[in-house]
Amino acid sequence: MSITGMTALELGNKIQKREISVVEATEAVLESVRRKEPSINAFVTVDGEGARKRAKEVQKQIDEGTLTGPLAGVPVAVKDNLCTEGMPTTCSSKILHNFIPSYTATAVENLMRAGAVVIGKTNMDEFAMGSTTETSYFGATKNPWNTSHVPGGSSGGSCAAVAAEECPYALGSDTGGSIRQPSSFCGVVGLKPTYGTVSRYGLVAYGSSLDQIGPIARDVADCAAVLEAVASYDTKDSTSVRRQDLDFTSALKEGVSGMKIGLPRDYFGTGLNTEVKEAVLAAAKKLEGCGAVIEEFNLGLVEYAIPAYYVIACAEASSNLARFDGIKYGYRTKQYEGLHNLYKKSRSEGFGPEVKRRIMLGSFVLSSGYYDAYYLKALRTKALIKQEFDKAFAHYDMILGPAAPSTAPRLGENLDDPIKMYLGDIYTVSVNLAGLPGISVPCGTDKAGLPVGVQLIGNCFEEKKIIRAAYTLERTGGYSRSTLAVLDGTSERGK
Amino acid sequence: MANIISDGTIEYVGILAKLELSEEEKERAKKDMSEMLYYIDKLNELDTSGIEPVSHIFTMNNVLREDVITNGDGSSQTLANAPEQAEGGIVVPKTILDESAKMRPGGGDGV
Repeated sequence: MSITGMTALELGNKIQKREISVVEATEAVLESVRRKEPSINAFVTVDGEGARKRAKEVQKQIDEGTLTGPLAGVPVAVKDNLCTEGMPTTCSSKILHNFIPSYTATAVENLMRAGAVVIGKTNMDEFAMGSTTETSYFGATKNPWNTSHVPGGSSGGSCAAVAAEECPYALGSDTGGSIRQPSSFCGVVGLKPTYGTVSRYGLVAYGSSLDQIGPIARDVADCAAVLEAVASYDTKDSTSVRRQDLDFTSALKEGVSGMKIGLPRDYFGTGLNTEVKEAVLAAAKKLEGCGAVIEEFNLGLVEYAIPAYYVIACAEASSNLARFDGIKYGYRTKQYEGLHNLYKKSRSEGFGPEVKRRIMLGSFVLSSGYYDAYYLKALRTKALIKQEFDKAFAHYDMILGPAAPSTAPRLGENLDDPIKMYLGDIYTVSVNLAGLPGISVPCGTDKAGLPVGVQLIGNCFEEKKIIRAAYTLERTGGYSRSTLAVLDGTSERGK
Repeated sequence: MANIISDGTIEYVGILAKLELSEEEKERAKKDMSEMLYYIDKLNELDTSGIEPVSHIFTMNNVLREDVITNGDGSSQTLANAPEQAEGGIVVPKTILDESAKMRPGGGDGV
């Protein structure tokens, strides 16, 4: 098998056995990026020189016996909202197009400690606001399965890079579905951990109470291994949670016998594409065949999740993005009169339309006179949504549903209708509101050959349950790596 | 509640958000915000009386520690990101007004 066709753990294993050198692995990945980027555009920055230098250092540490972990020497791509010292971090925005951080995000530092070779930064919706990776200042990313379709978003670059075998795995971030939805669209595995599991230090904030960093990989085992490497308690993130159960790879066991899995009726109703529905229900059947108990149930308040989410996310965004003012870093307008004019012009010229739309909405719902009616109302709704999940998890080990209502739409299809785009987040946002872990695993394709993902949602701190079920599904689901191998002819597809 | 987005509201929100919108952008923002708020008004169907607003799912406590410097001097890297810099500082427009300007009504560099 070619280096780029291997999973992160397979490659890491061969590196430990000295069958492949870190330099060879890095060169193979960089060559794949060079070849595929013209048709995919998954990267904002590729740091070939830095990666080669780092590869040699890592190899030395492996040879010395100081790096023995399963991910040592394996190249990784990092979403461009995670700060990387000395490497541009743009959030795919004009306002940060030239920003070079002086520090590295804790999640990335943890990976480096595990011996990762960061090859570059992946494209995203501007400031993670979007579901298609089309709002990027650096142009849209294309779906490797069919380049006239979007990869999803906002971690579209990370998911496309993994799907196109430009790199074995990647980091993404998930505020309202930004790991799980593009993972579904790109046929890869993406996991959003319980809030507080991965430090947000160095993650450019969008909706601070919702944001989580998570792994994107080609199989469940890789996801578990990467999560194990990035998760940590961090004093630099006041929302970081001290957990003792970070051995996620211990959950990589087949078997769901006796597990109770709930299917919310509202996740399979109107608005869900028939082919997606069939593929997701087939996945549920397979788990049932493995001994799980599958039941339909009524999860309350599903229809209120999106309005509550957009109020909260936009409110937090309007506050978080106040720091981009053209003073200390990033884009500054060329001509201005006085300080306020500098702020206003820098921001107006530096932010794209979707970001401005959300800042405006957020400023409005926080403004005097509307704060109670909108912002507090949304926070109360969030409390009720959390209660609904508590009720569900009193009966079920996990919840199963789609990750998105459809397969990947065509490029340009959703951009002009924000509400339509927001409605696509129906199965993902409530997980962020309730702080829950969720994983999207490939479970089939539609007639056009585009991937479908099934989402497993666990109770807080119960990643291991969903990892185990996802692993079982992957092993028995028939949706194996051989299916993904069709991706090898990336640039030819979709023409 | 959805019809509250008047020209004045857009102007006001622009001031709060520190955004300068073109006429075309203002019209678009008015339409988008009205549609979004109409949609968000769905939350009013829910009875939330007696429900405490929850900003974080887990109880958040202050994390206190001694203020000890652990990182090195990153001033040159930090300054390198400044759009304009001089003499080890970031160049910004004048923010302190002279006396005569302060005396004039509306002479402040306000919004």
